[in-house]
Amino acid sequence: MTGAAGRVIGRSVARNEDERLLRGRGMYVDDVRAPDALHVAFLRSPVAHARIRVLDVSAARAHPGVTAVWTHADLGEHAEPLPLLFPHEHLPHPKTQQPLAVDEVDFVGQPIAMVIAENRYTAEDAVELIELDLEDLPAVVDYEAAVDQGPLVHADLPTNVAADGTWTVGDPDRAFAEAEIVVRHRFVCERSSSMPMEPRAVLARLDPGTGSLTVWDTTQCVLPVRSALVAKLGLPEDLLHVIAPDVGGGFGLKGYLLYPEELLVPLAALRLRAAVRWNEDRREHFLASNHQRGQAHTIELAATRDGVITGLRDDFVQDQGAFIAYGLITPWIAASHVAGSYRIPNVSVRYRCVYTNKVSVSPMRGVGRPQSSFALERAVDLLAHELGLDRAELRRRNLVQPEDFPYAREGLFFAGYPVVLDSGDYPKALELALDAIGYDGFAAEQALERERGRYLGLGLACYVEGTGEGPYEGARVYVQPTSGKVQVTTGLTTQGQSHATTFAQIAADVLGLEPDQVQIEEGNTAAFGFGAGTFGSRAIVNCANAISLAALEVRDKALRYAANMLEAAAEDLEVGGGMIHVRGVPERSVSLREIAIAVNPIRYTTLDPSTAGVERFAPARTWSGFERGDGPLLEGSAFWAPSSTTWSNGVHAAIVEVDPGTGDVRYLRYVVVHDCGVMVNPAIVNGQIHGGVAQGVANSFFERMVYDETGQHRNASFLDFLMPYATEVPSIEIHHLETPSPLNPLGIKGAGEGGSISPPAVTAAAIEDALAPFGVHVDEAPLDPQRVRALIAAAPGGAA
Amino acid sequence: MKHAVTLTVNGERVEREVEPRLLLSDFLRHELGLTGTHVGCEHGVCGCCTILVDGAAARSCLMLAVQADGVELRTIEGLAEGEELHPVQAAFREAHGLQCGFCTPGFVLAITAFLEESETVDLSDGAIREAIAGNLCRCTGYQNIVEAVRIAARAMGKASA
Amino acid sequence: MKPPPFDYHAPATLDEAVRLRTELGPEASILAGGQSLIPLLNLRFARPSALIDLRRVRELVYVRAGQDGVAVGAMTSQRELERSVDAARLCPLLREAQRCVAHPVIRNRGTVGGTIAHADPAAELPAALRVLAGHVTVRGPRGERRIDADELFQFHFTTSLEPDEILTEVFFPALRPDAGSAYLELSRRHGDYPLAGAAAIAAGDHVRLCFAALGPTPVLVESDDPADWDAAIEPAGDIHASAGYRRELAAVLGGRALALARERATGGAA
Repeated sequence: MTGAAGRVIGRSVARNEDERLLRGRGMYVDDVRAPDALHVAFLRSPVAHARIRVLDVSAARAHPGVTAVWTHADLGEHAEPLPLLFPHEHLPHPKTQQPLAVDEVDFVGQPIAMVIAENRYTAEDAVELIELDLEDLPAVVDYEAAVDQGPLVHADLPTNVAADGTWTVGDPDRAFAEAEIVVRHRFVCERSSSMPMEPRAVLARLDPGTGSLTVWDTTQCVLPVRSALVAKLGLPEDLLHVIAPDVGGGFGLKGYLLYPEELLVPLAALRLRAAVRWNEDRREHFLASNHQRGQAHTIELAATRDGVITGLRDDFVQDQGAFIAYGLITPWIAASHVAGSYRIPNVSVRYRCVYTNKVSVSPMRGVGRPQSSFALERAVDLLAHELGLDRAELRRRNLVQPEDFPYAREGLFFAGYPVVLDSGDYPKALELALDAIGYDGFAAEQALERERGRYLGLGLACYVEGTGEGPYEGARVYVQPTSGKVQVTTGLTTQGQSHATTFAQIAADVLGLEPDQVQIEEGNTAAFGFGAGTFGSRAIVNCANAISLAALEVRDKALRYAANMLEAAAEDLEVGGGMIHVRGVPERSVSLREIAIAVNPIRYTTLDPSTAGVERFAPARTWSGFERGDGPLLEGSAFWAPSSTTWSNGVHAAIVEVDPGTGDVRYLRYVVVHDCGVMVNPAIVNGQIHGGVAQGVANSFFERMVYDETGQHRNASFLDFLMPYATEVPSIEIHHLETPSPLNPLGIKGAGEGGSISPPAVTAAAIEDALAPFGVHVDEAPLDPQRVRALIAAAPGGAA
Repeated sequence: MKHAVTLTVNGERVEREVEPRLLLSDFLRHELGLTGTHVGCEHGVCGCCTILVDGAAARSCLMLAVQADGVELRTIEGLAEGEELHPVQAAFREAHGLQCGFCTPGFVLAITAFLEESETVDLSDGAIREAIAGNLCRCTGYQNIVEAVRIAARAMGKASA
Repeated sequence: MKPPPFDYHAPATLDEAVRLRTELGPEASILAGGQSLIPLLNLRFARPSALIDLRRVRELVYVRAGQDGVAVGAMTSQRELERSVDAARLCPLLREAQRCVAHPVIRNRGTVGGTIAHADPAAELPAALRVLAGHVTVRGPRGERRIDADELFQFHFTTSLEPDEILTEVFFPALRPDAGSAYLELSRRHGDYPLAGAAAIAAGDHVRLCFAALGPTPVLVESDDPADWDAAIEPAGDIHASAGYRRELAAVLGGRALALARERATGGAA
C-alpha cells in the first residue's frame, strides 16, 4: 500500500517559489503595503566608547512631520537590558544591550534615540537635529590584547573576558607528554558578516478594533520572536502575530533574539496605535547588525613519527563585541568541530569570549566551524610538512573510518548533544576529491608552470558539519475540504532555502503527488504555533521528517476512507498521481480531493464529475458520527525531535594561481565532495554549496571588517567591504556521496553551511603551496594581495 | 518645492509631483507600488534596484525621481508578457538561478539589457561573469546565474557560434 | 540613507546652465550622470544647496572623431564613448581603460565629463586623458577656455575649473601611428577603483606613463626608469593598500604596461 518510494525525493524539480519572485511579486517586509505607516530612523553612536553627557531631542521633536522621539528615558518598563538567551556557568560576566543606550555607548552604531516621523526622509532630517555630547572613553579594539590588559568595555565588570571554558576528551596531557612530534601555531580569522542582500526590516500594525498587533519581521525565527514580544509587551499569543514573509537572505544574522529594533518598532505601534515601520539601510546594517568570524586559535597537534595524530589542544579567543546575548553558541560550535574528520582520541579545547567596543557577534553561516577548521587543517598541513609526509597521506591515516560509526567524542558537545558522528565514508570522500582535483599529477604540472614563471598551488581540507539540531520542529499536512489542495504548515521561515519546493517534495512523495501540487505555508505564527526557526542547517532534518510523519498520517487516513469508498481492503490500495486506486486496477480509484470532500458531512456538493466518487463514501448516506475519533478532515500533524545530531561531511580542494608581482590570487579550480545523506533535491543542495563556498571565498580573500584604533568602523559600505561579484567567485565542481543518516527515517542531514567551512583553509593551503619556492607560511584569513606580497617579502626566499 | 514629472512606466503614462530629493527607487516602490524593484544599499554597488531607463540598465537608487521626467522605465513587473515568462526569467527558473530572490529582479533586468543590446554573446564562463559583475548576490555563488545567462542567450538567439 | 533637501534645476541649454551656475554660486552642484554624486548625497556626505542637472543639455552629448583625436561632449555617457568605433581606433587606450570603470550599468549613466570633473585620482579616465596629453573645454560667464590635462588635475577631487565654470568637452588626442599603448590596473574586485593603475604609451624611445591611485592627481612620468616613477608618485595608504605596497605596484604595473605598450608599438597592433 505504498506509492513508488523515492519517486519525488531526490529529483531536481524546479522551484515552486520562483515564478512569483521572478515576476517581482515577492513580498518582502518593505513590500507589505502600509501607506499610512510612520517611519523610524535611529540616532546611532558615532563613536565606539563614550559617556553620554548631553542628549537633547527637543529640536527633533519640534521638527515638522515628527510624531515622536524616544530615548532610553521614554521606554518606561522596557528600559531594561534585552534577554540573555543561554546563561551558562562558563559565562560569569554576561552583558546584554539596552534597547536604547543608557549613559554610555559601547560600539559605533549602537542606537541612542529613535525618531518616528511621517517618512524616512523627514526622520533622518530630525535625527540630525538631536544634540549629542559625548565624553570619549578608551576603546577596546584588539580582542587578544584585551584578555588581560588595557581598558575595560564594561567598567562594572572585573575583566573583558566574558566567558572562559574548557572541554576535554580523553587524556590530552598524556598524549602530548608521550608525543613523538608536536606542532603548535597560532591561526587567525577576521571579522566578517552574513551580509544578506535584504537588510533587516520591521513593520508593526495595531488593529484598533481587536487590539491585536501584527509584526512583519525579517527574522529567521517567527515563533521565538513572538514569545519574546509576548513576554515583553504583555499581549497574549492570540493578539500578537509575527510574520516573516519573503526574507532576502539571513545566513544567521536574522536569527537573533532580539535586536533592539525588533522590540522598539512593535512597542511604538502599540503606544502610538499606528502602523510603524523601520527599514535598516545598508550603513546601519554594517554598523548595527551582528558580525561574526573573528577568532584567534593557538592549536597544537601531538603525533607519532609515522603520522598518527594522538592529541589536539586548542586555545582560542573570540572577538565578542560589546554584548553577549547569545551566550556561548559560537565558541561551542567552533569547539565541537575542532577535531574535524579525524580520529583524534585526546582533545582539549579552551574558549574565551572577549568584550570589545564593536557590534556583537552571533552565529553566521558556518558558526565557528570555518575558524576551528582553519586552525585544524592548517595544523595538519604543518604537521605533514614537519613529518615530511604527503598531506593527503597524513589525512588518510587519521580519518574516522566507516566502521567507526557511531564515533563519539566524549566531552565535546554540539547543540547540547554529545558529539557523536553518525555516519559517512570519509576516506571515500577524500579519495574522490583527490581524484577530481588531479592530486597525483599536480606536482608535475606545478613544476612545469613554475618554469614558465607561473605559480600554481593546490589546497586540500576535510570537514565535518554537525547539523539537524533539535529540540524539534513540527508540521501539519492537510487536504483542503473543498478544493482538495494539499497544504503544509510549519513553524519555520525561509530566507531562500527553497522550503516551498523541498518540503513539498516530502509531502508529495508520501501522498503520490507532484511537488507543485503541495503548498507550503511558513513564517506566520498564526498558522502554526510551535517551532524554533530556520538556522543551523536544521530545517530540513527536523521539518522534513515531521512533514513525512504528518503526511503518512494523512495517507493512512486516506487509505482507510478509500477502502470504504472503493469497497476494498486498505492493504490492496496504492497511492499515486493524486489518486488512491486498487492495486492492478487503476480505474477503481478515488482522488484525495474526493476523500477530503467525502469525510466532511457539511460538504459543498458539486456537480463536477471529477468528484462523483464522493457519493461512494459510506457514512455520507448513513451519517452516525465520526469513526475512531476522526474529524471531518483529512489531516495529520507531527513533530520530529531528533535523538542526536546528524553529521554531514566533505572535502574541498582548490588550485590557485598567485601573481608574485602584485600578490593577486586567482582560483583556477574548486572541487567540493559533499555528503549530506539523502538529498531531497540535488539542484537545491548544489545551490546551497555554491553559496556557501562563495561566502567562504569571501572569508578567504575579500571580506573583513576594518576598525581603526579608536573603534571606528572604516569600511561600512559595499564600496569598501569587498563582497565578491561573479568575477571573484570560482566555478565550483561538485561530487556527491549519499550516506544516509541512521538517525531519522528519511536519512537526511543538513546542507546549509557545509560549503562555507573549508574555503579559508583550502585557499590558505593553496597559496602556501603556490609560493613554496619562497617558503611562505599562511596563518590568517582573509589574505589580500598586499598581505601576499608581505608574506613573500618576509619569507626566507622572499627577496624576489 | 515639488516638481511635476511625466514618464512612462511599463508602458503606462505616469504623472506625479515629487520632491527633488526623492530617489527613483523610492518613487517606484512607494509612489507607484512597484515593489519588485528592491533596495539593497542605496550607494549604487549591489544592483538590486536595477531597472531599464530608456532601454539601458541603470541603478534606480542613483537617480532622482525628477530625473526620470520624460523617460521610459521598465521594471521587473513589466518584463514578462502575460502568462509567459521572459526568456531571462524562465532561464533563472530552469537553472535554479535564485534562492532568496531579493537580488533577482536587478540581475534579470541587467542581463536582459545585456542580451538585448548584444548581437552575439560569448558564452564562456569568464565573459558571462564579467557581464554580470556589477550585481551582488549572497545566496547563489553566481554559478547558476551564469548558467541562466547561457540558457537565456540561446533562447534569445544570441549565442555566438 | 536618504539625501538631505536641495533645490533642483534642469536647464535646457548650456547658456542657461552657465547662468544658473553663476546665480546659485559654489553651494550648488552640477549633476551629470550622478554615479558619484548621488551616493554622496544618499550618505549625506555632500549637501549642496541646489543641483543643476545637465541631462537636458543635449548639445553636450556627442562623440566627434577627427584626424587628431576624439572630442567628447561632457554629458556623453561612458558607454557611448566605449561603443564608438572611431574612438577605439584613434585611442585604443580608452576602451581598455574604460572596461575597468565600474560596470556597464554604471557606465550607462556615468558621463565622460562627470568622471573628469570629479577628478578622483584613482579613476581611469583622468589617467587616460593625462597620458594622452588631452585637454578639456570649459564654459563660464567669461566665455570658453581650454585647460590642458596637465593643468586640469590639481588635487584629490579638485580641478582648475573656476567655481562658476562648467566642463563642456573632453578631447582625447589620437595615438601616433608608430606608438603603442596599454592600460593595466589591480583592483580588488572587477570594476572597483584600482589599488594602482598604469597607463603607458611607447613610441620609439619616447615613453609616457600615467599612474592612477598613486598620488593626489593622475601622476605623469616621461621615463622608462622605475626609479623616476618611484620619485614621481606620492601614494597614500588606505584600508585597501599601504603607500609602500602601492609603490611596489607602480613598479610592477608600470613595467608590465610599458612592456605591453612597446610590444604593441612594434607589433603595430592596439
